[in-house]
Amino acid sequence: MRAFTYERAASVESAAKSAAANDKAKFIAGGTNLLDLMKLEIETPTHLIDVNGLGLDTIEPTSDGRLRIGAMVRNTDLASNETVRRDYGLLSRALVAGASGQLRNKATTAGNLLQRTRCPYFYDTNQPCNKRQPGSGCSALGGFSRQHAVLGSSEACIATYPGDMAIAMRALDAVVETVKPEGATRSIPIAEFHRLPGDTPQIETALEAGEIITAVTLPAPIGGQHIYRKVRDRASYAFALVSVAAVIQPDGSGRVAVGGVAHKPWRVEAAEAELPKGAKAAASILLADARPTDQNRFKVDLVERTLGAVLREARG
Amino acid sequence: MSYSSQVSFTINGESRVLDVDNRTTLLDALREHLHLTGTKKGCDHGQCGACTVIIDGRRVNSCLTLAVMHEGDAITTIEGLGKPGDLHPMQAAFVKHDGFQCGYCTPGQICSSVAVLEEIKANIPSHVTADLTAATTVTEVEIRERMSGNLCRCGAYSNIVEAIVEAAGTRA
Repeated sequence: MRAFTYERAASVESAAKSAAANDKAKFIAGGTNLLDLMKLEIETPTHLIDVNGLGLDTIEPTSDGRLRIGAMVRNTDLASNETVRRDYGLLSRALVAGASGQLRNKATTAGNLLQRTRCPYFYDTNQPCNKRQPGSGCSALGGFSRQHAVLGSSEACIATYPGDMAIAMRALDAVVETVKPEGATRSIPIAEFHRLPGDTPQIETALEAGEIITAVTLPAPIGGQHIYRKVRDRASYAFALVSVAAVIQPDGSGRVAVGGVAHKPWRVEAAEAELPKGAKAAASILLADARPTDQNRFKVDLVERTLGAVLREARG
Repeated sequence: MSYSSQVSFTINGESRVLDVDNRTTLLDALREHLHLTGTKKGCDHGQCGACTVIIDGRRVNSCLTLAVMHEGDAITTIEGLGKPGDLHPMQAAFVKHDGFQCGYCTPGQICSSVAVLEEIKANIPSHVTADLTAATTVTEVEIRERMSGNLCRCGAYSNIVEAIVEAAGTRA
């Protein structure tokens, strides 16, 4: 790990200012992904700004019926929250499908959104990777690509976004609240928060330099059955090959976001109109632009089958 | 600004003040600075759980957190749970059920399992919890799922589960 200076931020504003003043500074929250990457010298910040003490760790209803989740709320606390369990069960399910109990105790809401891909070539500093070293090439193209993206990928990068929480948040239309270094606030719909790789896969989110996440807000509850189904290589403590986050209403309509298939949570609203007709109809639109590799072609079928299982579960 | 910092926290009930390089993980602070070598370094990447300790009642991977981030925290390691002749019920259950072979993962397994029972008691759900709105219960399936962050390369899993089930029963 490279040496770095460390500060405990006193306020959101001072944290953002401090980050804006040093382009090699990073915020640290739970640290479970960042420290791992620092040990491997994939992340090499020269300054860490500890944002754990800023009081951003509460879950509160807003006066207009939404739910505001502080950026530093731990995954365990979010999954356990009574309101989340009752009204946003999908989110609770997605959280407990991810990582381990130890990691969920540290990992935060904002940090989880910002976790980086687990593409093995991103992690292997001996290999070219456009995300780690822009312009060096993509080793996954033509390499081992079983885990990689089948949708929205580019010639520069076929990595996936690895998380579970954000897939549920995409289905729930969450909004990411931020503060910029000059003090301005911003509300970023989760659909626009994560980016597709294009030719700049190193830029993963809509955040600007020094911009800090303060909360994630969920719209008022929409009812329905909340189902998160994750398919992975072992029964627990593994990243998704494919995951489906769904809210299905009694009339068969609903919302679906898919994880493990793209550089961001994948949702196609037009596909949702087909949900009452069944998984095949919805999946054909959801996956219309799929460009799998020979090694991850199975994900295309797996999405349809997983969606089918979700719809059967919803019918009961 | 400096590349090292002072941090003070409580380890197993004892106040400690350390001057550490900012890079020092809590795990390295425990082992190298405080010579509490019960906590083990396995993968050093949060994948194996051998470094699990309990901080303010919650289990965490001590390899994936910086010592300087724990100002004022109360940390419990395997040394703080029990001692020879005065074992924690979970330690006694691991001995009784042969919940280990080489023993390297055991301190992490025990710290984790002690916290797992508290998590169930606190009604924290898991991936296998059937009803999110009902109270969580101690079952073998729940224990297996909740212990998935602690690997045992010797494969003592079935005995580990038996030990935790027994400790859960004796606690009640």
